[in-house]
Amino acid sequence: MDLSVDFLGLRLPHPFVAGASPLADTVDRARQLADAGAAAIVLRSLFEEQIDQDALAHHRATTLHADSHGEAGSYHADTDGCVFGPDEYLAHLQRVKAAVPVPVLASLNGHTDGGWIDYARRLAEAGADALELNLYHVATDPVTTAAELEQRAIDIVYAVRSSVHIPVAVKLSPFYTSLPNFARRLCAAGADGLVLFNRFYEPDVDVEQLEVRTHLELSHSSELLLRLRWLAILSAQLPCSLAVTGGVHTAKDAIKAVMCGAHSVQLVSALLRSGHAVIDYLRAETANWLREHGYESLRQMRGSMDQSRAPDPDAFARGNYQKLLQTYRVE
Amino acid sequence: MATTRTTRTATVDANEAVAAVAYRLSEVAAIYPITPSSTMGELADEWAAKGQPNVFGSVPTVVEMQSEGGAAGAVHGALQAGSLAVTFTASQGLLLMIPTMYKLAGELTPFVMHVAARTLATHALSIFGDHSDVMAVRQTGFAMLCAATVQEAQDLACIAHLATLQCRVPFVHFFDGFRTSHEVRGITSLTDDDLRLLVDHDAIAAHRCRALTPDRPQLRGSAQNPDVFFQAREACQPFFDGVPAAVRTAMARFAAQTGRQYAPFAYHGAPNAERVVVVMGSAGETVRSAVDWLNARGEPVGLLQVRLYRPFDAAAFAAALPPSTTRIAVLDRTKEPGAPAEPLCLDVIAALRDQPQRPQIVGGRYGLSGKEFTPAMALAVFAMLADQPRHGFTVGIVDDVSGSSLAYDHEFELPHANRREAVFFGLGADGTVGANKNTIKILGDGTDLHTQGYFVYDSKKSGAVTVSHLRFGPEPFEAPYLIRAADFVACHQFGFLDRYDVLGHAKEGATLLLNAPFPPERVWDELPAEVQTAIRAKHLTVYTIDAAAVAKAAGVGNRINTIMQACHFALADLMPRDTAIAAIKQAIAKSYDKKGDEIVRRNGAAVDMALEHLFPVVVPAQSPPARPRAPTVAADAPDFVQRVTAAMLAGQGELLPCSAFPPDGTWPTDTARWEKRAIAATIPVWDAAICIQCNKCALMCPHAAIRAKVYPAELASATHELPATAWRGQEFADHHYTIQVAPDDCTGCGLCVQVCPAKDKQNPRHKAIDMTPVREVRDRERQRWAAFERLPEVDATRIPKLDVRGSQLLQPLFEFSGACAGCGETPYLKLLTQLFGDRLLIANATGCSSIYGGNLPTTPYAKNAAGRGPAWANSLFEDNAEFGLGMRLSVDALTARARHLLQLLAAELDGDALPASLLAPAARTAHWLGEQRQRVDLLRRRLADLPGAPARELDLLADYLVPKSVWLVGGDGWAFDIGYGGLDHVLSMPHDVNILVLDTEVYSNTGGQASKATPLGAAAKFAAKGKAVDKKDLGLMAIHYGHVFVASVAIGAQDAHTVRVLQQAEAHPGPSLVIAYSPCIAHGYDLVFGADQQKRAVQSGVWPLFHYDPAEAERGAPPLVVDVPGGRQSVAEYMRNEARFRVVEKLDPEGFKRYANGAQQAALRRIAIYEHIAKLRFPQTTAKAGADAPAKE
Repeated sequence: MDLSVDFLGLRLPHPFVAGASPLADTVDRARQLADAGAAAIVLRSLFEEQIDQDALAHHRATTLHADSHGEAGSYHADTDGCVFGPDEYLAHLQRVKAAVPVPVLASLNGHTDGGWIDYARRLAEAGADALELNLYHVATDPVTTAAELEQRAIDIVYAVRSSVHIPVAVKLSPFYTSLPNFARRLCAAGADGLVLFNRFYEPDVDVEQLEVRTHLELSHSSELLLRLRWLAILSAQLPCSLAVTGGVHTAKDAIKAVMCGAHSVQLVSALLRSGHAVIDYLRAETANWLREHGYESLRQMRGSMDQSRAPDPDAFARGNYQKLLQTYRVE
Repeated sequence: MATTRTTRTATVDANEAVAAVAYRLSEVAAIYPITPSSTMGELADEWAAKGQPNVFGSVPTVVEMQSEGGAAGAVHGALQAGSLAVTFTASQGLLLMIPTMYKLAGELTPFVMHVAARTLATHALSIFGDHSDVMAVRQTGFAMLCAATVQEAQDLACIAHLATLQCRVPFVHFFDGFRTSHEVRGITSLTDDDLRLLVDHDAIAAHRCRALTPDRPQLRGSAQNPDVFFQAREACQPFFDGVPAAVRTAMARFAAQTGRQYAPFAYHGAPNAERVVVVMGSAGETVRSAVDWLNARGEPVGLLQVRLYRPFDAAAFAAALPPSTTRIAVLDRTKEPGAPAEPLCLDVIAALRDQPQRPQIVGGRYGLSGKEFTPAMALAVFAMLADQPRHGFTVGIVDDVSGSSLAYDHEFELPHANRREAVFFGLGADGTVGANKNTIKILGDGTDLHTQGYFVYDSKKSGAVTVSHLRFGPEPFEAPYLIRAADFVACHQFGFLDRYDVLGHAKEGATLLLNAPFPPERVWDELPAEVQTAIRAKHLTVYTIDAAAVAKAAGVGNRINTIMQACHFALADLMPRDTAIAAIKQAIAKSYDKKGDEIVRRNGAAVDMALEHLFPVVVPAQSPPARPRAPTVAADAPDFVQRVTAAMLAGQGELLPCSAFPPDGTWPTDTARWEKRAIAATIPVWDAAICIQCNKCALMCPHAAIRAKVYPAELASATHELPATAWRGQEFADHHYTIQVAPDDCTGCGLCVQVCPAKDKQNPRHKAIDMTPVREVRDRERQRWAAFERLPEVDATRIPKLDVRGSQLLQPLFEFSGACAGCGETPYLKLLTQLFGDRLLIANATGCSSIYGGNLPTTPYAKNAAGRGPAWANSLFEDNAEFGLGMRLSVDALTARARHLLQLLAAELDGDALPASLLAPAARTAHWLGEQRQRVDLLRRRLADLPGAPARELDLLADYLVPKSVWLVGGDGWAFDIGYGGLDHVLSMPHDVNILVLDTEVYSNTGGQASKATPLGAAAKFAAKGKAVDKKDLGLMAIHYGHVFVASVAIGAQDAHTVRVLQQAEAHPGPSLVIAYSPCIAHGYDLVFGADQQKRAVQSGVWPLFHYDPAEAERGAPPLVVDVPGGRQSVAEYMRNEARFRVVEKLDPEGFKRYANGAQQAALRRIAIYEHIAKLRFPQTTAKAGADAPAKE
């Protein structure tokens, strides 16, 4: 069964990609993913702000007491060789790239305009096959408008796209008032693909200690539904590549996503929960399903249930909500 | 003022200049950190870690040993085995090397030891420079070469290495600690080619041929008998006789290569001089400038500078003197009590003894412990020679005890027309010194200016004050003394204007730059009257900037260094403003290039913003009367504090005469309370409504600046300004409870708030204590603190349980030390004084705890209302266990004597039960101790009526009937390394001493060098890539003795455990060892999170909590209890929170993973061993461990 897909201009033998996560934090692990059959590997996001915070914390810790006492000019070993910047990430990218035969995508979360562009350029130079721009941002400032935030994101995508010659995907959150409009503008700004959707560290409350705890829960198949809706809507309207991330755990999940328009399927929770063998399993199950249902290839199926082709396109739109409410009966 | 530099120089201090030569000419370096020489070893280690080769093409091996004695032993072995070895040291370290020095010299071993000469500890320790250490090795047989300047230190370092290979006699090359070792100068550096061309490869080959090797077997270190020893000892004499010639040859070759000419004795001055001063070291440059000044006025005077001190070439010395010399003053930078003269003076007398026309020779002392030696003092010496030569004089002090001191003109300044001088008052934490070092480099490396930077630090580790002295000039100059009349004075902390005579350093018409937290138009009105008066009187031009606001806006925290540096360049006209700003930015980029783009960007922005916020201050012709400067100490301070301490606090200690001081180093305790430093930007403020009265805040406060009191409710009306709440506890019914901060003693670390568990249910961000900007609450909190202090201390006998809550109601007798904000050591010491303070003797090893514990001007150990409190002493770094044992032995002897006298007098004491009750076994509870003190008071009253010597003697010793608690305190450098031999021996004995190891896992005081307590994978100096082996398990080693109480504690992780274990350790009737996890600035994280990080250490198993109580074995129970084994968190997670580990991860991610795995395994292994032991029940015997110990009172 032909499971091949084109994603961001990359020809992949099947849609199952190892998503951005610690799964490829070492070369050995990246190699294991490739050996397990991952069609491509997305490295964990490079967070510019994290690098800055790291550098500032280190700087403060190592310089605060320097030159303040006669007995010691400093209290720390010479840290000249200790570089704070993307170098560690770039070196890792290069090592992974050299170690695996599959495409390697670098993921970037910038913090400053200069950082997005500079880091993107350096990631491309280090050999990334494509970039995934992780537009992770929690808006907390009541003065900043949605339009301003969207425009800033579009400017970033435009600037990055103009700076590199490799494909650029944008990883989005679902929380936009008009996602299709925003997505269209992102594509117009040069995005070659969209990745739906980011999952966040969700703050939780410790009611005993009165403290906020943050942690990341692994995803479940139920989270796929949100993504299916937007895949279906965007696939019908945009020419760019689409990837789903979050909620794919079974072959049936993957098939739904592809039917709604996904070109690739990023796996993280499934890999963490079930191990690398899940890739082979999903491949085989997907192929079996396609065979059993008389499909010739995965491509034949892709987008078959998006909003432009689904028998009931309104099902993806707001009316569905009203209908459900009307049919819901209280026991 | 400057043009672009055309000749090649390096801008370095002498430590760096010397280390660069020593490193490149050596193959093995064995070192041990000691101020002020530590930097030399650290640099050598850094270069080796980076793989920098020596001039022979190999990378020297640098090893850190357990002591200077160990370092000397290691180089001795290395030299015997044929390599070129070197070491660096100072002061007490040099003393520890003396036994090996005799061997090295006796065996004619080519070797150079570089010494940053420093004071030896006598009545007190001092880290500053004089020649008392090097004078203590003049008899070892080493040749001794003394450098006077930074340039000379580099050059003579090289000459020493050349000469020793030639003559085979080992050399001490020394220069003045701090004054030269830390003075930053532009010098002409020696290139690798210079060194390669100068070194005698044949001499190295000869050294190799003498190596001990089984290929050419020889024996050294034989034992000889009276028949031959004497002759063999004399057989070496020609080698020592040949040293001066070897040095002259080396100096000549050096001159041919570099153009810089030196001589063993250098005369400078009038060829027909009648009066000559003989001196060694940096003071020679001061005398030289005085000679020039006098010569220019026609006075026939001269200077004879001694460079080769040993062997003392008498003939060369005599030849160097002008024949016209009639009077000589020899200046010694050491004091040798009991000698007819100081050593250099004796040498001069001996050297000239056969001169037919021998000049009159007098000797005097100057500059002990880095005391200033100025041209005015040199002039006073010449004047004394002209007037009436006096032997045994001193200069630089007022000696009103022996009358030895020479008067000098305090106002005298040598003219220096083209030179610019600048003085900067800064805080250690604000980066002032770093920026000024940068300025020196910018000007020294980038222009033709000659530059000098010298930096003065106070002794505090939090809120430390730094004073930078910078000189720049187009002509070469030497001025090894502080600036007194600067063209430019900057005060980087506005509050200093109230504490120090900042403007005393400004000359007429100087520029004054203020960092003021006020708008420019308000600055004048905020100045104290004394400052306003000085500005007008000296016609100063004043500028101001709110640097803190600029720093905040630029995102550089409290580092105002680059901001103030930009202002300095803008105002001082040292180079074109744009060029200067570009140079500063270039320096920032260079310094922070690898630290991340954001740091470079923020500092660059700070520089740009600086000049936009720099404003002139208009000095009004007339203004309303301003507030006077507050007195240095409160009016009710004791007389000694008023007379002596206050002067020292105000920076006027220099002016105190000899009679002001106790002659034996004994110093009053309880003086830190008078030093109101007011260094916190934010302080905790208590909300009584939320507080749960746990007292954790008071327990964790490193400075005893936040306290709890419980007091009768009726006192509340007398302290109405104090917030209070009803005490929640049955033991103090109808009592009130208050938590109060000492606003001027708090350092603002925030640790108390971090550990406070009580949160407002409606707004959990608000706790029972919150950090609050001090400006908003200072006056109110001052009043509250005063009222709080008036409240009585709680009656300790009424506290039913000394747990965390109960212990913190006791008065801390260790308060307001100068330790770092958030210090992890001091909470343990404070707790110790709360539990045992009124009967506590502390033997304190040298290190951080001796510096914040005993460094003047003030002392944090305090007294209670009865006048009792900890008695504290520091002997040395290496002998503290033995020192403390001696205290115990003495206390036991005096106790036994008191008991004997009591028994002797029992019949005369009316035959009542008093003697018997006084002699009854001690219970050591607060209640029993209180009663015993009452019994002692009663005894004294009875003794007053008894005649006879025994009664008088018992009256003197009666307090020994109350048990004393002897604690041996020190850091891991002491306990794990240099003092381990003694500590181990004391543990092996049965005596009742308690040992508290404040384990910061690094040599904290000298700057973070690795110790055997440094954990696996932690970066430290001498372990820059991470320590390759795990820390020594000192606790397990002590457990093996069986009779030692051993515990591992971490107060921030389990405070109740610490409080309980300290009491158990004290109660154990034999040796006790408590190893206390102590967060430190050298760990590299914000210490406000110190308690959290301790929890991680304990939870991960890196720092298991346990106690081993031999008494349990007696009872048939397992003596070891693992209180918290860990294993509940990953070690890597713990490690990632500290820069000392993170830096390894950044440098070598794979290496970090190996270390993290190794540390995890080590933690598991350690726990497995402990848990195995914890299951053991030992066979019961009749003999009790520690049975030989003296009976507990």
